[in-house]
Amino acid sequence: MAKTEAPAGGTRFSAIAENPKYKELIAKRTRFGWLLTAVMLIAYYGYVGLIAFDKSFLARPIGTGRMSLGIPVGFGLIVLTIILTAVYVVRANKEFDRLTEEIVKEAGQ
Amino acid sequence: MIRRLSALVIAASVALVPAFAFAADAISGQTQQQPTNWTAIGMFSAFVALSLYITRWAAKRTHSTADFYVAGGGVTGFQNGLAIAGDYMSAASFLGISAQIFNDGYDGLIYSIGFLVGWPIIMFLMAEKLRNLGRYTFADVASFRFAQPPVRVFSAFSTLLVVAFYLIAQMVGAGGLIKLLFGLPFSYAVVIVGVLMILYVLFGGMRATTWVQIIKAGMLLSGATFMAIMVMSKVGWSPEELFNRAVQVKTDIALAHGSSPEEAAKKGLSIMGPGNFIKDPISAISFGMALMFGTAGLPHILMRFFTVPDAKTARKSVLWATGWIGYFYLLTFIIGFGAIVLVATNPQFLDAAGAVKGGNNMPAIHLANAVGGNVFLGFISAVAFATILAVVSGLTLSGASAVSHDLYATVFRRKEADTNHELNVSRGTTLVLGVVAVALGILFEKQNVAFMVSLAFALAASGNFPVLILSLLWKGCTTRGAVIGGFLGLITALVLMILSNDIWVLILHHAKAIFPYKSPALFSMTVAFVGIWFFSITDRSERARIDRAGFDDQRVRSETGIGATQASDH
Repeated sequence: MAKTEAPAGGTRFSAIAENPKYKELIAKRTRFGWLLTAVMLIAYYGYVGLIAFDKSFLARPIGTGRMSLGIPVGFGLIVLTIILTAVYVVRANKEFDRLTEEIVKEAGQ
Repeated sequence: MIRRLSALVIAASVALVPAFAFAADAISGQTQQQPTNWTAIGMFSAFVALSLYITRWAAKRTHSTADFYVAGGGVTGFQNGLAIAGDYMSAASFLGISAQIFNDGYDGLIYSIGFLVGWPIIMFLMAEKLRNLGRYTFADVASFRFAQPPVRVFSAFSTLLVVAFYLIAQMVGAGGLIKLLFGLPFSYAVVIVGVLMILYVLFGGMRATTWVQIIKAGMLLSGATFMAIMVMSKVGWSPEELFNRAVQVKTDIALAHGSSPEEAAKKGLSIMGPGNFIKDPISAISFGMALMFGTAGLPHILMRFFTVPDAKTARKSVLWATGWIGYFYLLTFIIGFGAIVLVATNPQFLDAAGAVKGGNNMPAIHLANAVGGNVFLGFISAVAFATILAVVSGLTLSGASAVSHDLYATVFRRKEADTNHELNVSRGTTLVLGVVAVALGILFEKQNVAFMVSLAFALAASGNFPVLILSLLWKGCTTRGAVIGGFLGLITALVLMILSNDIWVLILHHAKAIFPYKSPALFSMTVAFVGIWFFSITDRSERARIDRAGFDDQRVRSETGIGATQASDH
């Protein structure tokens, strides 16, 4: 689709950089990426913070049994990691790929 | 040629089996050994031979160097995800984390979570850009708009250092396994692993690792699933019962060691929450940073993003990898607690002093025996060993290519280096790395392998990661900033690690650690980021102008993939 002999960089790339769709893609994806990164960082360092400052909180049994609070919290964090990754893939497949395709098409003309 | 040599390797490794067993008999006189376990050894040899055969088969299908890289072209997201998971579920994850849980309970879960949470970060900020910019190694990405030689010198050093520490962990794990199974002394076992590893890399090679990893990841996941199911079936499918019994076992052990009943009860309960593994807040945060950001700087993992056809597939592979690895870690937790209940109470698996036979890292292997008998023991040992061999060969090759491709070809000889020379340099590096890994492996015998890997992660988080992420995301980053800052971070991490308790006291036998924390990452990452920032903004050179001017084009390519598809075609 894109011409192979086109030089890397130069006018072709600056034309893409001016494309409003390119700007939209960058703005949306960057914001979404950092938003999810922030969620992950807060969740993980919240957990690390508990280990650092209040170990007994995680060791506290749930109800009357042996199961401690730390176990569902830890398992939950593992599951959250997988879910966040999936959320990104779903939006990227739907929205970002469509935008990218349009940008590539317009650049090829 | 390659075909004949790999056939030789298979023949040699099969022929070695009786020799191992003979040595086992010969040595059993001096050390107290369990009788040679023929069933397990048979299973073990069969699976190792099979993995070598797969290597040969895959090596046959790919001939040229180009084939090797485009072998990626045909790799799907699902396959690449499994291969990444295979690379990641190394000796450290399987043997090390389950051993950590076996010893300290909950603390092992801190590793699992830390090893996993780096993946979303890679996904959100890096994966697609890596694929769009990358050609063959991560240094291609890091040096995309910079002056090539200095950045490649840095990334080669950084890669070698990370690889060395990662290798030690794998050697210790594999050595322990051979020691346990064949009853050889640890140092012999490590030497044998080293020799096998060098043969595997030189004659079978990296071309096959993707396939070997895919198949073994599948076997490891099914084996671990079976173990977890068997553990749960033995406790009546009740997690509560599993924890109850584990606490009881730990309490009894403490009592037997002369603790008072209150102390023993407290000790037993300690496995249900975070314990002594991380003593102070700074260690907790520093250790957490090393694990989270180290993943994004591991050279052999980053290489996997260049084996898929496009950014979309790169994305899918990360999702598959995260899913498989996360699932695997949930299993490891059950396996570790299962080992407390089923291994720590069974004299068959313990020596006279009550310690686990075969050393610190072996509880998961004994558990395989406890839940599935000798045949399953052989299967799990073989899968663990084969995984280690494949991870080790992938690591060694990423180290070797850093030297031959980045240092030798690009820096010293520039473009005119011919392939033969480059290949010889690569082989030489493999040999040197093998010898270094064996020597260090023997030195670090007693260390938990998951901890050893965390040191490799700390180095990757302090060198490769800051350079990579700032070159991708920050326009102001320059060649000078990246190289100086990267080296500062790397050296800080290395020096602090050597001065910490685990090396300064336990290995070098000094009285007291100079660096009191568990991981250097908090300090060394700060040094790296501040260093890159400072030496970039103060950079007024002509090169810096070119570096900054290159950012917009780099960004277009990294975001859209325009220009990238052609790069991977030839």
